[in-house]
Amino acid sequence: MSNNTAQKQPELVQLLTPEGELRRHPDYPIDISAEEMRGLYRDLVLVRRVDTEAVALQRQGELGLWASLLGQEAAQIGSGRALRPGDMAFPSYREHGVAWCRGIRPRQLLSMFRGVSNGGWDPHEYGFHLYSIVIASQTLHATGYAMGVQRDGALGADGTAVICYFGDGATSQGDTSEAFNFAAVNNAPVVFFCQNNQWAISEPPERQARVPLYRRAAGFGFPGVRIDGNDVLASLAVTRAALQHAREGQGPMLIEAFTYRMGAHTTNDDPSRYRVSAELEEWRSKDPIERVRTHLTNEGIADDAFFAEVDAEAESIGERVRRECRELPDPDPLDIFHEVYAEPNGHIDRQRADFADYLASFEDADAEGVR
Amino acid sequence: MSVITYRQALRDTLRAEMHRDENVFLMGEEIGVFEGSYKITEGLLKEFGERRVRDTPIAEEGFVGAAIGAAMLGLRPVVEIMTINFSLIAIDQIINHAAKIYGMFGGQTSVPMVIRTPGGGGQQLGATHSQNIELFYSFVPGLKVLAPSTPAEAAAMLRAAIRDDDPVLFLENLGLYNSKGEVPEGDETVAEIGRAAVTREGTDITLIGYSRMAMVAGQVAEALAAEGISVEVVDLRSLRPLDRQTIVESVCKTGSAVIAEDDWLTYGIGAEIAASIQEGAFDYLDAPVRRVAMAEVPMPYAKPLESAALPSVESITTAVKETLNAVGRRVG
Ligand SMILES: Cc1ncc(C[n+]2csc(CCOP(=O)(O)OP(=O)(O)O)c2C)c(N)n1
Ligand SMILES: [Mg+2]
Repeated sequence: MSNNTAQKQPELVQLLTPEGELRRHPDYPIDISAEEMRGLYRDLVLVRRVDTEAVALQRQGELGLWASLLGQEAAQIGSGRALRPGDMAFPSYREHGVAWCRGIRPRQLLSMFRGVSNGGWDPHEYGFHLYSIVIASQTLHATGYAMGVQRDGALGADGTAVICYFGDGATSQGDTSEAFNFAAVNNAPVVFFCQNNQWAISEPPERQARVPLYRRAAGFGFPGVRIDGNDVLASLAVTRAALQHAREGQGPMLIEAFTYRMGAHTTNDDPSRYRVSAELEEWRSKDPIERVRTHLTNEGIADDAFFAEVDAEAESIGERVRRECRELPDPDPLDIFHEVYAEPNGHIDRQRADFADYLASFEDADAEGVR
Repeated sequence: MSVITYRQALRDTLRAEMHRDENVFLMGEEIGVFEGSYKITEGLLKEFGERRVRDTPIAEEGFVGAAIGAAMLGLRPVVEIMTINFSLIAIDQIINHAAKIYGMFGGQTSVPMVIRTPGGGGQQLGATHSQNIELFYSFVPGLKVLAPSTPAEAAAMLRAAIRDDDPVLFLENLGLYNSKGEVPEGDETVAEIGRAAVTREGTDITLIGYSRMAMVAGQVAEALAAEGISVEVVDLRSLRPLDRQTIVESVCKTGSAVIAEDDWLTYGIGAEIAASIQEGAFDYLDAPVRRVAMAEVPMPYAKPLESAALPSVESITTAVKETLNAVGRRVG
């Protein structure tokens, strides 16, 4: 593993340039078939479509909120596809692309953002934990889980690895430093995957740190590497290597995926208040999907029929997401008492009964009104 | 008189206090360039510059702790925590340090700082972002906790908080920022910390609330007046120190009380008020004191569930009527 702390200019691992050309990297060789390459392209296009649809649904009042992944597809699909079925991922709230790779259906994500369910999936079944919104809290959970994996002796070439996603802003939180230290001291099998999307709501990385984020790791005693976060191959290869490093018992690693949040922080935010469009344009030219398409075309790995097929699939997924979102049933008001304790609880049962009586009193009043 | 929003009252007061005292400065996440998540600090970075308006990294414990240090050396930091939920990350600094430094250092140095932070559910922000946990701070000697409900109170109390030599947790509410009220032009009132207010006089029953619930209590009283029920509204305004006298006097007059709180019932602020009434007005009570509070569940995110969990005009009205019925006054 390379440890770049000594270098002045941050080195950035890039395997596929914005122009769609392959680059070799001594530490991260990648051997990828045409079929896999087309698969990555398909993933990238489809998650962008799901994301665009979700933003539109929120605008139409169908979702309470949505945090868009626009621009971060490569970081998420590359790292998501590097995971093995038995691995465990701890997301923040923007990792819809990773969720996709773990087999979580868009409908399950939307049910949470629509508020009809507090958890749309079983984290054990998918190897993907539930979203975490209190910044950086999941870094500790992932570390603890990794320490558990270690305790279970589930390490080795076929062992389990853990990955934790968080943002550039989250690196300022004490939790992150404590997680880094715990993971390092215990040699825990966890990969810290930081998507540096250049913004924490309105605050740029200069507000959070004076050194490139990947260099943090060195101070804690484990390797850190910066990758081109808009390069799906770099994300795939480096995450794969880091996960292997972890699962074989060599301890944690930090990956800083240098990318850009092309959309608003969430649907509640208007980024034109704090950032200039020139920056957006510059990053648009580094689009994570375009370069894969160019590569596929130039190398003759995919033809127009393939691209048309993916576009058609995207359209039908968009349509399905829209329909399924609207069809999600509203929860019953009494549901609020269902998930407070894992065990039956008398105090909660009494509240539920009282509340049911209270609701019924309105029904009685309505009925009288009609009479 | 001018009619302004609660938000505007806070902003105008921060600005005026910064002009008045060079030692006052602001610190918090997103308060400068972004002008605050709820736009309370709009225009202040432009006017006062980075020396006085500091955007911080996302590290609540960090900036609250740093503010304590600055306050100990004579500055007057006014810290914004995006919502009271994130104060949990800074709770050791607040409870173990801000509140105790004066005493534990033998009165050598006080901590004249203000933590401004909004609480409040009803905004569909989910369980970790919708709490009202001012109770935690109201429990702690050494802290002062203020909770204004109107623009005029917000201004007068923020002035008092900034000028006070002790650490003050200044509770705002997401549901109040857009509410409007009259504020006298050029008003310089500095509120007396630790005073509740009878915001509406009445004779049948006392309805007690603070922050958003004081506003809702006013609405309930207004609606009940039309039905011939005279409700006296007490706005607590200060949770620590607590003005027990005003509460007790009102209940002695009306003979019954309902407490409305935007918070969980068990061990809540309402429990403290009910105990105070029992101690001070036992002989005057014609009916048991009623508390109307949130369902004791983590706040749901779905709109219909969130509404179900929160106290409402309807649930408070029902409690008032049931209490009056218990007293023997037949109402609705
Ligand atoms: C403890 C805590 N403090 C503040 C917030 C409010 N907040 C939500 S998202 C965010 C910015 C996070 O930025 P970053 O870590 O870069 O992630 P990104 O949103 O860019 O993916 C902040 C400050 C929060 N959710 N939790
Ligand atoms: Mg970010």
